[in-house]
Order: sequence, then structure tokens, then C-alpha cells
Amino acid sequence: MAALLEIRGVSAWYGMIRALYDLNLTVEEGGVTALLGANGAGKTTTLRAIINMVRRNGTMVLSGDDISKCATETIVRRGVAQVPEGRGTFVGLTVEENLRLALHTRRSRAAALRDMEMVYDLFPRLRERQKQQAGTLSGGEQQMLAVGRALMLSPRLMLLDEPSFGLAPLVVREIFQVLARINTEQKVAMLIVEQNAALALELADTVYLLETGRVVASGPSDLVRNDEALRKAYLGY
Amino acid sequence: MEFFVQQLVAGLTSGSIYACVALGLVMIYVSTDHINFAQGEMAMFATYIAWAMINAGLPYWVAFGATILIAFAGGLFIQRVILKPLEAAPVLSLVVCFIALLSIFNALAGMIWSYTIKQFPTPFPARDLFGSGLVSVQQIGVVGVTLLMLGLLTVFFHYTTLGLAMRAAAQNAASARMMGIRVSWMLALGWGLAAAIGAVAGMLVAPIVFLDPNMMTGILVYGFAGALVGGIGSPFGAVIGGFIVGVLENLVGSYIIGNELKLTFALVIVVGVLLVKPAGLFGRVVVRRV
Repeated sequence: MAALLEIRGVSAWYGMIRALYDLNLTVEEGGVTALLGANGAGKTTTLRAIINMVRRNGTMVLSGDDISKCATETIVRRGVAQVPEGRGTFVGLTVEENLRLALHTRRSRAAALRDMEMVYDLFPRLRERQKQQAGTLSGGEQQMLAVGRALMLSPRLMLLDEPSFGLAPLVVREIFQVLARINTEQKVAMLIVEQNAALALELADTVYLLETGRVVASGPSDLVRNDEALRKAYLGY
Repeated sequence: MEFFVQQLVAGLTSGSIYACVALGLVMIYVSTDHINFAQGEMAMFATYIAWAMINAGLPYWVAFGATILIAFAGGLFIQRVILKPLEAAPVLSLVVCFIALLSIFNALAGMIWSYTIKQFPTPFPARDLFGSGLVSVQQIGVVGVTLLMLGLLTVFFHYTTLGLAMRAAAQNAASARMMGIRVSWMLALGWGLAAAIGAVAGMLVAPIVFLDPNMMTGILVYGFAGALVGGIGSPFGAVIGGFIVGVLENLVGSYIIGNELKLTFALVIVVGVLLVKPAGLFGRVVVRRV
């Protein structure tokens, strides 16, 4: 497999506080990489660094192109879609308008409308709520909408920030099943940040363990799953 | 009764102009949380440009359209060149910047076209509708142009992808960028639209109040009152608020306090709304955890 995204020697700062230390990380074409670690390990920062929403240096390469200097909007338009922490819902827009937003950047309107049908097929709940203000959706529905919005961008890589956060187990199940489908059927690569390590390990083929802004371990997810010492030390189960 | 209807219509006419000014203010407020104090002077300056074109022999509606385009480009330019570098500046710096713009436009207009009052033509014939003595064609024209513009804006914001992107950028800038929307350009478009709306207000009001560099000063206060009454974060509210202020101003002025205190009345409305219902009629109360 070829590398879709390569992060080389990336550091990031919030004001004076350094959040990442020379991070190296690779996401394979069509692969699912999980980013695990405790609170404050720098998982969300890594995602923000990729789309240039935090001060950072180092090199980011997306399918051979250096995107280190690109603005967020440009990186997104090149196929990196973020499913943000807190879901980033446009609360004053309807569910449909939230999805239609992607038409602004898509070249083919017809393809975008087909993708909207696909999103509705993946999440029938969103179709039912089509005309509803997105702010009135439940947490689970807003998470589905966030995944839907990202899909509407026809991404090559999805960055998922704690998709299970604050949701009922059944809803989490549903969302992760859809994520698995998106990955296998549409070959969309994923970089997923999760508190729920067991859940992420099911979906991921590669795992990076972060501690205070540094990668402390990485490898195929089976390896981490079977390494009891590693699990106990960093994943707490 | 006849007098009452006349005052009501006059109120709706000036109300539609306040609605335009209020809408211009709200357009910028919703996306940046700032009140553009230069909104009125920008409109005045655009009206002078229209006056110059009409004086040079262009037909009224050609000058009208061209002025809207020039104002739009001017608003875009101001945001790109002056305000974009100040994106991270504290709010007071921006207030100073808006006040500077206000006095620059005022002085420029005086310098180029002098401070003497000028007549501005109206495209509408000076006669009554149906000869009733109640409603003039001019008044219907002003309200009509305003409503047409509001209709076009509604269609733009609700049925075009660009309008949708602008709404999204105003609501949640970070999330909009994650959708690939160039938020900074959306702000510039907002400034362009606000300036264009202001230009329409200026050209509609100039035949009534006459053209001079201080023409919009009072009107900005009324427009601001209208925006507050409707809820400063709501475009729909701004329009309704503008009409309410126009009608109230006229009725209160003719029946209770007299014409001299009309502007004071607008300020009373501002203070009253802020004391009693700060969110306005259609505004949303923003609650923040601290």
C-alpha cells in the first residue's frame, strides 16, 4: 500500500505551550489508522495540525504533494475531510442545508447530489429529519450529520475526532458500522481519534499510541491488541 | 383619519429606508460581531457617485445599477485591504477603524462635491396614486424597490449555494473552513452586499432629505434603532424593526412630541430596547457559560 498522508517531524503549539513533539505518522491509502492515548496526549491537536488549524511546523505530505503551507480550506478541498470534535453542526441551518454546503466546493453538482442520496441511505435518520433545524437534532444524529457532511466532500481521507463521544452504545455501534462500510466500499482512508480504545482497535489496521505529544508505540492493531503490557499501560484494559 | 393614513404611509416609506440601513448593519454584525459605524457614510458616498453619473447624463436606472455595483466593489475592497489585516485586532481598534472610515468618507465627499446641499432626482413621477391624496407614487416606489431588494436577498441566501456558504461562514467559521469554505472571502462578500444595500438606501432617501455629506448621520441612528428592535442578529428582524421604527417615529412625531424630537425618540427606542429586551423581537438570547 502507498502512503496517503505522511506527517514528518511535526510539532504544534497553543500559544507558548507545546502540544506535539516531532511527530511522525503515516496513513495508508484506504487504511484506517487509530490514534490512541490519554486526555491531553495530543490526539486532537494532531488532527488540527493536519488541516492547519493550529500553529505547527514540520512536513505534511498528501499523496506526494507537500501541503504544509496550505490553508485549511485548500487542504479540505484536496480531499481531507474533518469530522470535528463537538460535531461542528451549523445549528441554524436545516439538515439538508448542512449537507448541501458541500456543493459550494464540488465541481460536479450531479455527483454531489448523488453523494447526498448516499448519505441519506447510510443514515436514514437524516432523511427523516431533512427539513429540520440541525440544532434540534440529538447528539447521535448530529454525529451522523457530521460524518455525512464530511462524506459530501468526497474525501480521500477522513479525520474523525472522537466519533463515539457522549453517545449511547447502540448509536455508537450504528455509526461505527457505517464508518466500516465507508472504508471498505468507498476506499476512504481514516485517521480516527478515540477514547474508546477497544472500539477503535476493531476498525483500525494501524495504531499509534500518543503520550504527552509524542508517539510512544505504533504498529498493526493486532499487535497492540495482543500486547497486554502495552494495553494495561496506555489503554487501561 | 386621512392625516393618520398619510402619516402611516410616510412612516412606512422612511421605515423601508431604515430597514435597508439596518439590514446593512446586521449583514456585517452576524458574521463579525461588529457594528459598522461607517455604514451611513459609505451609503452617502455611493449616492454622490450616483449623482455624479446622473449629472454626467446617464439615465437614472443605469446610474442606479452602476452605483450598486461600484458600492459592492468598494465594500469588498474595504474588507480586503483595511479590515482583513485587522482580523485578530481587539474590538476597540476596529471601532476606531470604523470611525476613521466614517470621517474619511465624510471629508472626501465634502472635498470632492462640496458641503452645499444638492437635489437628487427621483425616478418616480410626483403625483398621487389614484389621485387620492393619501399615497404618492414616490412612496410606493421607495417601498417597492426596498421589498424587491429584500426578495432578491432572500432568494440569494436561501436558494443559492454561495448564499448558503455565506450563512454557514457567519454561523460557525471554524466548521465552515472544514467544509472548504473560504470564510475570509465570505466576510468580504458580506461587506460588499452591505455596501450595496446601503447605496440603495442612500439613493432612495436622497430625493427626500436632499444630498449632502451629513445626509445619513440621523438615518444611521434610526437604522441602528431598527436593527436593535428587530434583534441585531436577525436580518428578518432588522427589516421589520426598520419599518416599526419608521412608523412609530412618524406617528409619535406628528401626534405627541413634534418633529424636533424625532431623533431623540430614536435614541429613546435604542435605550428602551437595551433595557427591556436586549435581544430584540427576533433576536436570540446568547447564553454563555463562564
